[in-house]
Amino acid sequence: MTTSAVPTERTISVTVNGTTYEREVEARKLLIHFIRDDLDLTGSHIGCDTGNCGACSVIVDGTLVKSCMMLAVQADGARVETVEGLAAGEELSKLQQAFTAHHALQCGYCTPGMLMSATALLRANPSPSDEEIKKALQGNICRCTGYWNIFEAVKAAAE
Amino acid sequence: MTTVAPERTEQAQETWKGQNVPRKEDRRLVQGQGVFVDDVKRHGMGYLHFVRSPYAHAHIASIDVSKAEEHPAVYGTLTGEEVAALTDPFFQISSAPGANVKDYALAVGKVRYVGEPIVAVVAETREAARDASELVEIEYEPLDAITDARHARDDGVPTIHEDAGGNLMWEGVYEWGDLDAAFAEADKVVKIDELHFHRFNSTPLECDGALVEYNRGVGQWTIHTNNQFPGFAAIMMGPAMRVGLDKLRFVTQDIGGGFGNKITSHPQLVACCLLARKLNRPVQWTEWRTDFHLSMSHGNERWFLETEVAVKSDGTLLGFRTKALDDAGAYLRYEPLGGVIWAQVTPGMYKWQHIRLEFTQVATNKAPVSPNRGYSRMQHLWFTERVIDIVAHELDLDPVEVRKRNYIKAEDMPYTTPNGCVYDSGDYAKMLDIALDLVDYRGLAGRRAEAAARGRLLGLGIGSTLDSGTNNFGQSRLINPELQFSGNNEVATVKLDIFGEIVVTLGTTPQGQSHETTAAQVVADILKCSIDDVHVRAGHDSYWNSHAGFSGTYASQFAVTGLGAVKGATEMLRDQILTLAGAVFGGVPPEALELADGGVRMRENHEAFLPFMACGAIINANNAGLPEDLDVTLNCRYVYRPPFEVPDVERKYGNLTLTYASQVHVAVIEVDPETGYYDIVDYAAVDDCGRRINPQIVEGQVMGATAQALGAATHEQFVYDEDGNLLTPNFYDYHVPHALDMPPLQTGYVESPSPFTSLGTKGMGEGGGAGIHAVCAAVQDALREHGGAVVWDSCNPYHRVWEMLNDPAKGARVQVTGVGSTEPAKSGGAGSAGPESGTDA
Repeated sequence: MTTSAVPTERTISVTVNGTTYEREVEARKLLIHFIRDDLDLTGSHIGCDTGNCGACSVIVDGTLVKSCMMLAVQADGARVETVEGLAAGEELSKLQQAFTAHHALQCGYCTPGMLMSATALLRANPSPSDEEIKKALQGNICRCTGYWNIFEAVKAAAE
Repeated sequence: MTTVAPERTEQAQETWKGQNVPRKEDRRLVQGQGVFVDDVKRHGMGYLHFVRSPYAHAHIASIDVSKAEEHPAVYGTLTGEEVAALTDPFFQISSAPGANVKDYALAVGKVRYVGEPIVAVVAETREAARDASELVEIEYEPLDAITDARHARDDGVPTIHEDAGGNLMWEGVYEWGDLDAAFAEADKVVKIDELHFHRFNSTPLECDGALVEYNRGVGQWTIHTNNQFPGFAAIMMGPAMRVGLDKLRFVTQDIGGGFGNKITSHPQLVACCLLARKLNRPVQWTEWRTDFHLSMSHGNERWFLETEVAVKSDGTLLGFRTKALDDAGAYLRYEPLGGVIWAQVTPGMYKWQHIRLEFTQVATNKAPVSPNRGYSRMQHLWFTERVIDIVAHELDLDPVEVRKRNYIKAEDMPYTTPNGCVYDSGDYAKMLDIALDLVDYRGLAGRRAEAAARGRLLGLGIGSTLDSGTNNFGQSRLINPELQFSGNNEVATVKLDIFGEIVVTLGTTPQGQSHETTAAQVVADILKCSIDDVHVRAGHDSYWNSHAGFSGTYASQFAVTGLGAVKGATEMLRDQILTLAGAVFGGVPPEALELADGGVRMRENHEAFLPFMACGAIINANNAGLPEDLDVTLNCRYVYRPPFEVPDVERKYGNLTLTYASQVHVAVIEVDPETGYYDIVDYAAVDDCGRRINPQIVEGQVMGATAQALGAATHEQFVYDEDGNLLTPNFYDYHVPHALDMPPLQTGYVESPSPFTSLGTKGMGEGGGAGIHAVCAAVQDALREHGGAVVWDSCNPYHRVWEMLNDPAKGARVQVTGVGSTEPAKSGGAGSAGPESGTDA
């Protein structure tokens, strides 16, 4: 297939939820596939091929990104946070607790991405307005809840 | 959220049922610890990628997989030719001509829609499988495509399935009552030329998938999948693969949404099975989003042609006749069941007595349709609601009053419809009143004027709908009298283990419906313990014998069938615990005992107490000396079977579902007349699903279904060009609602317990179609003083509203015939009383 001399694989080092992983990856491998397939952190999900749904949202060096829109090699040296890192041991984060209290999830497939987007929002803006919550979540699709309870959960976690 | 609470029919008691307990599922899901199908991995597994058709209709002249097989990372391939040799065509539900369709796991000889799988390639990585797929060489001989169902049977149109002898798949005439008498009695006949229910689906965020392992020694496949109706998949796959059903083990845990769209993945699962056997390694398939849109489970697109409605001058509805034309797409994967499912709700919520519906289903070169939330009833109820609003519009009547005049009344419940369905309970007028109060209906005239002052057209629309649940599969005989299906069933197993653990196994395949939680609530009430003591196994595994033929999660039934089974099994366990304790206490009759505090005690002497732990230990591990005739296992399996008769096939008459949950939605919108853009400024959804086990979960279902309806009503469409190319194959072009799209929502409820179910519950979750009806009605209401176009399509994006504003003739063509006279179609805006005047007076 590939005949050029350009190397197609590269060794990268990525710190995910505090653990540093060194892996050889194909240059074209998406960050989400690296997280799910290579590191077996399957909490982050894939819901589209086009960057629309946000199920793969993670935080890279403090910035919220859709990890299907980024190559694994671009994360070399980065600090990545995924849903698996939100709870402190057995203690769920305030947002995770609020999602349960407000029935903000049904099938739970969008939830990890939704939680990461909401986490990034509340770090940047601890007291968001209703409109700011909606704007922060507009890149995350949920097909079960209609979002209303998710807004309530984020609001409750902010308060 | 705002929840209004009308009086309960009974005093709330100290029980787990009826409480908003937190969901058992949530702890794993909020931590990313759910197990969805793509999370399942096996050593040495190969990734499957399908090569799909770029043509809507073509002969396959040749297929060459040799270059793909030479790819160093490829494990192997599968072609339609191999599939045709190794399997038989899938069983067809239809009578002739649809019965003659030959449907395989991969295209054989011909492709019939863009995106149809032709070859499967399995490789070491996802990326390599895609690379190698591009090395598969296929020569096509393109054919003309047919994409408009209305022309599928025209002369000269290409035939999609030669074996069926044309594009007609199924047709049937349904007629009840006396149509001639109804039209003779009518003061007015309202004729509606054409109405169109569009093609969309619920697009669950997780696409389809499977990981399939083949155990060569015992000849059994283990299919880790997110198929939501394994019972159906099994009866499709077993005969096709020429194996008994015990060779197909279905395993699911968490499923990322289904909404009916994950019922018909059996062709892809067969391809996975054949490859797992051929390559002697686990095969993993995860559908890409674009593949899902191209090929999986579009909702039924339906036309209603030449509708005539017999009505009295005061708005009393007598009857209607119409021709329903259903577009099945290229294959009959679950069809033509849509051709009878609608009949569960034949008169909608109304007292119509005389109804004739000619149902025709045709094939087109589009993706196959399959169940989608509200399956087939939604299309029909959209039609009946359109009829109500069009009749009110044309006769200058108030849509609220027309509804109330014609709604089946609470005191008439249980109500037998003209086709023999028995609506179990409900109070539709009360629901409408609650919904109208929630959107401040009394202040509507003022709000309309205030909006007009801002240059906006305000419209209010009502959607009343039914969510019929717990199918009587006997209705399939109305499609094909030779079918031997009837009734329904679901299974639960409840056991007490050695250390007193209460373990529940379900036959269902939940996709967000919270079965672990609501099952625990039912168990805890019967065993007098905490829900924390009840362990409900996540997911489905057909290896456990915890399923029956109709097991799965579909068609609004868990609260009846699933929880009915849980209740039955738990009561068996309770009785066995009492029996065991009676024996241990030395021959005490069970009546003298009771469950309390995680054990069993004597009613008259609470000191005589046997904890569940002791019960479990005695039966499972310490049973010497027990009476020989003690019939206690503490492992109780119960099959819930609803009370159904086989419908009368000749008269097409009988009760087609056990419960009939109801919903009334009201939408208030504001339209910008310059652009057709509109906002939903107020929205109310009122639901009645009988007894609610967990009100918060019920409300969540109502919200989700509403959101899907609003998406479908405003944006979501599978649009094809005339060559059969899907123009909306991903979330860029197929716009589902986002956070910023959501209007303010208020919910309300009525609880009318079902007299026919063991818990008073009704299946629910599919009533969201009411949102489509409500938005259509609101658009029509808003346009009433602005050209008066009549809404004819179920999807009304802004450009369509703009078209109707600029040319009211773009709406439905409607004619009203009075007794002895014919009036031309109304143009609306005649200055007569608007819809709100009837109740403001």
